[in-house]
Amino acid sequence: MQHRGDEPSATDRPNRSAHPGQRGPVGRRSLLIQTATVVALSALERLSPALAAEAEPVPDDPTKIPGRSPTPYGSRARFEISARLAKDTRSLTPHQDLHGIITPSSLHFERHHNGVPAIDPSRHRLLVHGLVDRPCVLTMDDLRRFPSVSRIVCIECSGNSAGEWSGPTGRTVQETHGLTSTSEWTGVPLATVLREAGMQPDASWVLAEGSDAAALTRSLPLAEILEEALLCYAQNGEAIRPEQGYPLRLVVPGWEGNTCIKWLRRLKLGAAPFMTREETSRYTDLMPDGLARQFTFVMEAKSVITSPSGGQHIKPGFVEIRGLAWSGRGRVSGVEVSTDGGRTWHRADLQDPVLPKCHTRFRFPWRWNGRGAVLQSRCSDETGSVQPTRAALVAVRGLHSTYHNNAIQSWKVTEHGQVVPIEA
Amino acid sequence: MDRSSRSRRNAACWGWAGTAAIGVVIWGIQARAGERYEIGRPATEAEIRAWDIDVDPNGHGLPPGRGSVADGAALFAAKCASCHGPTGTEGPADRLVGGQGSLATARPLKTVGSYWPYATTLFDYIRRAMPLTAPQSLASDEIYSLVAWLLYQNGLVPRDIRLDAASLPAVLMPNRDGFVPDPRPDLPR
Repeated sequence: MQHRGDEPSATDRPNRSAHPGQRGPVGRRSLLIQTATVVALSALERLSPALAAEAEPVPDDPTKIPGRSPTPYGSRARFEISARLAKDTRSLTPHQDLHGIITPSSLHFERHHNGVPAIDPSRHRLLVHGLVDRPCVLTMDDLRRFPSVSRIVCIECSGNSAGEWSGPTGRTVQETHGLTSTSEWTGVPLATVLREAGMQPDASWVLAEGSDAAALTRSLPLAEILEEALLCYAQNGEAIRPEQGYPLRLVVPGWEGNTCIKWLRRLKLGAAPFMTREETSRYTDLMPDGLARQFTFVMEAKSVITSPSGGQHIKPGFVEIRGLAWSGRGRVSGVEVSTDGGRTWHRADLQDPVLPKCHTRFRFPWRWNGRGAVLQSRCSDETGSVQPTRAALVAVRGLHSTYHNNAIQSWKVTEHGQVVPIEA
Repeated sequence: MDRSSRSRRNAACWGWAGTAAIGVVIWGIQARAGERYEIGRPATEAEIRAWDIDVDPNGHGLPPGRGSVADGAALFAAKCASCHGPTGTEGPADRLVGGQGSLATARPLKTVGSYWPYATTLFDYIRRAMPLTAPQSLASDEIYSLVAWLLYQNGLVPRDIRLDAASLPAVLMPNRDGFVPDPRPDLPR
């Protein structure tokens, strides 16, 4: 950057041989330059915080130069470069770089069917109609007036790991498991809004429709979602990101991501499913006998080791095996880790909070002896569901069901410490 | 729901006198679960009509108009073939034609003709989402015509079909009974 020229020259720099804790001499020119830089940067920060952070000079000793001013909207350190992997209609969360359970909003996976629409929230409306007594229109201000609920849940695309049915194809955990992310979602319960509209007794399904260029629609059975579904306007404390459905998204905890209709503009109540393309041609699971399972909403018990994972490199000695586990059926009850390809299993530690239908962080302390190893994790949930091997899953569902692949993932550690996906 | 059961539990703890006293204080300032909030406004007929674009398997929602295979062929060539191929089989986007009898084989081909259970869904989907570069730009007659051509290409309607709100829901798709409810959990424990 051109600002590099503004950095103090070697002669202007504080004496680097100075004893730690003892301030070195600061030349007048250096001080002037630093002051000018700080002033210029504050101006830049107001215009573009991200650009300002990038332009900020990095001193040899940050204790000797005043830091930059507060900014209106923060950004991460310029050295942090972890990014989604964006391709066609989706982008994948870089789980290999992340910690804890909350996915940064900027790294939450994307899946959209005809682009991310630009929507002015002041003009956005939710229409509720069909089998209701009082068809109504709600603005975003209206929706925020209702009693609100916050909930930390993961959303997983049912196509997560869809490329892995016939064996490993993704090289990194981002490629194999990047279509799941966790946020704190805030909004109004669907039940509250439907009560306001006056659900009629014969209403049993709701069609949810987005205002994107796919006008994406799914039919959802009311009895199964009324208790938990939320109409969300906030994600991780601020307005939902555009690619996550700004300004309004239906969130159905534990169900495939496609049911969590983004850019929500219409709810129509009916007495039967509407049989949209997304619940007939797509998001149905073809079995070996030629029949297809329909309305396979729930995401099942699943886990994956995020570190060490494909593409990473480890050294002999202590290695903390870290990963994520989740189940759309409820809470994770346990995670087991194997370092020998599933021959022996060890209980992993679960990090609180362990929330239902949410990513749970697990850890297992391991000493790598420098010999080849195959790392696996296996999730169990509170309903007794256990994450299957790929072979067990394929034995029942065949190779063409596309969606809902919750098989155990295997990472091979070579003698050189290289981590690669492997069929195990 | 949750809240009302909690307040019922609380009420039992407080006893009658306490409940009565506190009830007087709370009444009028705390909205009770289950009541309406009087938020939002009634939707007008015009607002509903403008957005109510879905079509169900019984044909509810199909607009007036009609289409022909011949018109559909010309429209498909002009507006769809660049993505779906000249005959709906070449891609690169979804194959729309063929694949019947392939679903139980090692190379299943899911197309409109082999997989889609309802012809009405085709109308609904084209109307709301196609063509990809100009969704919701087609007139009803154009959509009926495209549906007619695609059904004809799949061998499901005769060449002289006049497709409209009455005839479209009557088209029986080969995979109409090819879908089953979710049986999961389905793996041995």
